[in-house]
Amino acid sequence: MIAALSRRILTGRDRALPSPAAPGDVLAETADLRVLLGGREVLKGVTVRARAGDVLALVGPNGAGKSTLLAALAADLPAASGTVRVCGRTAADWAARDLALRRAVLPQSAVLSFPFPVEDVVRMGRAPWAGTRRADDDDRIVRAAMAATEVEAFAARPFSALSGGERARVALARVLAQSAPLLLLDEPTAALDLRHQELVLRVCRERAAAGDAVVVVLHDLGLAAAYADRVVVLDGGTVAADGAPVDVFDERLLSDVYRQPVEVLPHPRTGTLLVTPRRAPAPGGPTKGDTAGG
Amino acid sequence: MTLVSRPVTKARETDEAGQARGTRRGAPYLLTVALAAALVLLALLSAGIGAYDIPLGDVLASVRHRVGLGGHALDRVGESVLWNVRLPRVTLALLVGASLGCAGALMQGVFGNPLAEPGVIGISSGAAVGAVASIALGLTFFGNWTVTVCAFVAGLATVLLVYVLSREGGRTEVVTLILTGIAVNAFAGALIGLFLFFADNAQVTQITFWQLGSLAQATWPKVLAVLPCATAGLLVAPLYARKLDLLALGERPARHLGVDVERLRTVLVLVVALLTAAAVAVAGIITFVGLLVPHLLRMAAGPGHRFLVPGSALGGAVVLVGADLAARTVAAPAELPLGVLTALFGSPFFFWLLRRTRRRQGGWA
Repeated sequence: MIAALSRRILTGRDRALPSPAAPGDVLAETADLRVLLGGREVLKGVTVRARAGDVLALVGPNGAGKSTLLAALAADLPAASGTVRVCGRTAADWAARDLALRRAVLPQSAVLSFPFPVEDVVRMGRAPWAGTRRADDDDRIVRAAMAATEVEAFAARPFSALSGGERARVALARVLAQSAPLLLLDEPTAALDLRHQELVLRVCRERAAAGDAVVVVLHDLGLAAAYADRVVVLDGGTVAADGAPVDVFDERLLSDVYRQPVEVLPHPRTGTLLVTPRRAPAPGGPTKGDTAGG
Repeated sequence: MTLVSRPVTKARETDEAGQARGTRRGAPYLLTVALAAALVLLALLSAGIGAYDIPLGDVLASVRHRVGLGGHALDRVGESVLWNVRLPRVTLALLVGASLGCAGALMQGVFGNPLAEPGVIGISSGAAVGAVASIALGLTFFGNWTVTVCAFVAGLATVLLVYVLSREGGRTEVVTLILTGIAVNAFAGALIGLFLFFADNAQVTQITFWQLGSLAQATWPKVLAVLPCATAGLLVAPLYARKLDLLALGERPARHLGVDVERLRTVLVLVVALLTAAAVAVAGIITFVGLLVPHLLRMAAGPGHRFLVPGSALGGAVVLVGADLAARTVAAPAELPLGVLTALFGSPFFFWLLRRTRRRQGGWA
């Protein structure tokens, strides 16, 4: 929780800038949250916590309510009952500008109405800081965000000329440039190749190590197991499991939730959990069990 | 956009990123200077050229004389033509053009759609219904400002209607927008037809000429009638340029970046209605200026609204002062209706834009 707020009087305005959170502070939480979308109950009493210094992965089958939960944490959707708190205050009570200094959101699909060049798009992430003392760092932060997501090579190209994966990375760079202590990322890896999936989750880890709270919706359970400190498994609008990957990724639980038999096995070298669907052995090929046993 | 990106990419190959940005940042300044120069030149030409020619030197001398910076007065006819006929007309063209250009840039930003334009989506027709109603019904409750006020109220109602009808899930699809425009234009046309049907002969003539979009009856009182609307709109609009940039990301992302989207929309819809009303009330329906000008500027200087919004006002003024000059000199002594002229050049451009947008999206879906 952010207790001490540094006050700055700039451009005649008195705006409280968020101070860095201590590791373990709860930056966002829901308690018994219910959310209705078009009359349908999408979240049925969800309690989650995102702490500073942690990467929290939201996983679950399609329609489980992952994006809805993320949108509720972002203060996009109102709670039908229960509470959503961001940085110690009810999400709906924050003014848009103040909230923008505290949480950044990566939407599932990145769209842009006009062909702004990539660098301008990333710079849009600095908008909440305009007129504050930290706006002096804009150039440095924009460059760092572009370097972290490897988008410098096409900094001057219009966003509309990029491929899907490139757009996704530019959108992420914009979110990183916002420098908010709470990061909400909706499927940041969906459009990315293997290298950039790893890159994005390494960035998440770096941000968490720097003291931010990162909430990330993932479909790839292997990525969640390798990079998340905690995993929340959603199923039909409720929390099916919540804990460290080693505790949560249980074959029976995942098979039930996904209605698909899955195998969970440790990586032979690193010990990180691997999650794969249980498949029949390839005809004529060597069986997997042999190598894992050896 | 290829026009812009090519030189920028080239610059990047040799220079640092900051240098490339500098190249790009330079375009708005150059364009502003060029447009301002063109506007002054066209205004002076327009003040001098006509059935009664006044040499450029005399125009300057008379203007200097009136503002007390030396110069000299012209003869009685020249002075009267310049100050009672030409200059109000040039001023009016300037105000109307600036209003239309600026309104176009704002609408495209608010709708997040490059095809939005007061004329195309029916705002101008809506405002025209208000104006026609006030003429046909002989309303005078606001004196000189009656037509403008009626145009504003009707225009505002139309913007709101189009906005509500054409948005779905925070986005405006091209097809929905254009089809909404067709429906609104048709309905407004029917209402105008009704008013015409019930109007007497003198009113019919007045309405018909006004509808063609002409500045022929420009007078200082008319300038005064639209000045408040146009000035208020033109002064407020640039304040929201940064937020319009963010709105290009979509409504939710803009909110995530601290923009109060509801308030932004409310203010800008009001501003668009003000600007459109100002233009329509004096000059009838002049289409495509609000479409053409922001587009050309976006191609030349990028889509950033901090230049685009004031730049479109400037560009709109240039286009309309120029178009009005052409309208009254090309077929002299006859005078082409201004609205006809802009539509003549604007429509093919709109067609090209439609084709391009369709090609980029790979269909209307």
